[in-house]
Amino acid sequence: MIEVTKVTKRYGEKVAVSDLSFRVEPGVVTGFLGPNGSGKSTTMRLILGLDAPNSGRTVVNGKPYRDHVAPLHEVGALLEARSVHTGRSAYNHLLAMAQTHGIGRRRVDELIDLVGLSEVADKRAGRFSLGMGQRLGIASALLGDPHTVMLDEPVNGLDPEGIQWVRKLLRKLAGEGRTVFVSSHLMSEMALTAEHLIVIGRGRLIADMSVDAFVQQASKHSVHVRSPEAERLGELVAGPDVSVDPLEPSTVEIRGLSSEQVGTIAAQNGIVLYELTAQRASLEEAFMELTRDSLEFHTSNVDSKPKVALA
Amino acid sequence: MTAVTAGVTSGGRLTQRRIALSEWTKLRSVRSTRWALAATLLLIIGIGIIACATFESRWPHLSASDRANFDPLSTSLGGVNLAQLSLGVLGVLVITAEYSTGMIRSTFSAVPKRLPALWGKALVFGAVAFGVSLPAIFIVFFAGQTILSGQHINIGISHPGVLRALVGATLFLTVMGLFGLGLGAIVRSTAGGIALLAAIVFVLPPILDLLPSSISNSIDPYLPSNAGRAVWTINPGAHTLAPWTGLAVFSGYAALSLAIAAALLNRRDT
Repeated sequence: MIEVTKVTKRYGEKVAVSDLSFRVEPGVVTGFLGPNGSGKSTTMRLILGLDAPNSGRTVVNGKPYRDHVAPLHEVGALLEARSVHTGRSAYNHLLAMAQTHGIGRRRVDELIDLVGLSEVADKRAGRFSLGMGQRLGIASALLGDPHTVMLDEPVNGLDPEGIQWVRKLLRKLAGEGRTVFVSSHLMSEMALTAEHLIVIGRGRLIADMSVDAFVQQASKHSVHVRSPEAERLGELVAGPDVSVDPLEPSTVEIRGLSSEQVGTIAAQNGIVLYELTAQRASLEEAFMELTRDSLEFHTSNVDSKPKVALA
Repeated sequence: MTAVTAGVTSGGRLTQRRIALSEWTKLRSVRSTRWALAATLLLIIGIGIIACATFESRWPHLSASDRANFDPLSTSLGGVNLAQLSLGVLGVLVITAEYSTGMIRSTFSAVPKRLPALWGKALVFGAVAFGVSLPAIFIVFFAGQTILSGQHINIGISHPGVLRALVGATLFLTVMGLFGLGLGAIVRSTAGGIALLAAIVFVLPPILDLLPSSISNSIDPYLPSNAGRAVWTINPGAHTLAPWTGLAVFSGYAALSLAIAAALLNRRDT
């Protein structure tokens, strides 16, 4: 279990995390989602005590991380990929990590096999590809057979087979009752892996809910209607929670009502419909919709003339 | 959390002894260690032998004043002056290489209280620096004196102060390595740490000599490298601390650097 309570972290003038609170429960994979630069890595560093918050506190399995007598058995973490000495072999890196807790060489060998690095275990870690580095980081996270596993963008740089492997591994770890906390900037990845989601943007909590609820809430349902009497239909359905936007002559987009409701109203009023389509935003659109206002870096719109910002 | 968590090994606690073993693994598994230690051996033994051989072969042609100033012990230990830099630089690297590569994040996730990791490094590196310097210094002493005996200008190990100077030189090099570790942990950058160390060892003394001698004579003996040098010479100059006092002062500098590093380590983000 990870508990983050009212944490704020500033680096100089820049606020990286702002009054952030959430809990990560054991037994399920919890996705930590946010655009690049939204404070995910900072939050993970704060949980591990690598950085100190300006205010608030982080607790893992009941205690601040640094107060545990056997930290690696509590939390196994994959931080940014570059957290190894480039001149040391993968084997010696893992061995040195293991020795701090009296973990034996057998466990090191076991993990090297598990993550598929046997062939290159004696090579210097600096020569590793990004994917191999991720595998080494995952091995290092699992060394202490920890209660809580925290991985920062674990699938970055992995090939499709490696991504599959990580997904299975995370579900297996959660199935064993562990707390599994995984960050990503890709909603689609999280939808495949996670059951619960914590979404942040600009260091603030945006959502803390199940993946299903997130998709439900975030995707703005709308209904496209084509009808010779589109305008009259629009007037009939209009209300405080319903918006109607004309898309083109005789086609309107109605938000706030289901297609069933729109169809019923049309029938009751004898309006002919040529087309009635429920529109559903994709996961990625839903995520972008949610975090649009909190993007650190806006890209200019490629389709139309460059605008200053999308928000 | 729940009992479902399978196979969690109990008793695998973090201890200072285990951290030291881990630091030993780290130290022996990178190339810079082997290079710096090889350089240290080569400098201590090579320079001492060359210096002794030069004096031995030139002795018949040397002036009376050269002969009067000749010191068989310090001639054979000439390499210590350079070895202090190779060990000091390795001391800097032991910690700054972790910062430059990002390894420090792994180190501090395994040892979140941080200071045990610093003490582990100091303990292991101190032991290694001592273990490498001690045989090198005794080898170069005996080899050098054997060469010098060709002109009967050698000194014996039983001569007053000689044994103390040999052990002292070993301790001096060890403390210099730890000083480097402390400085490296303070500045966290390899270039910065080496520059700081070199400035303190090589640049500070000549700068101080620019001052009027009434001032410099009273400060000079307390400079880190001068204070440390007192313990490995048997012909001290006019303004030199007593041997063990000198080593104590020098160790004080190293201890101070480690104490500042420890205070900063606790407070700083990684």
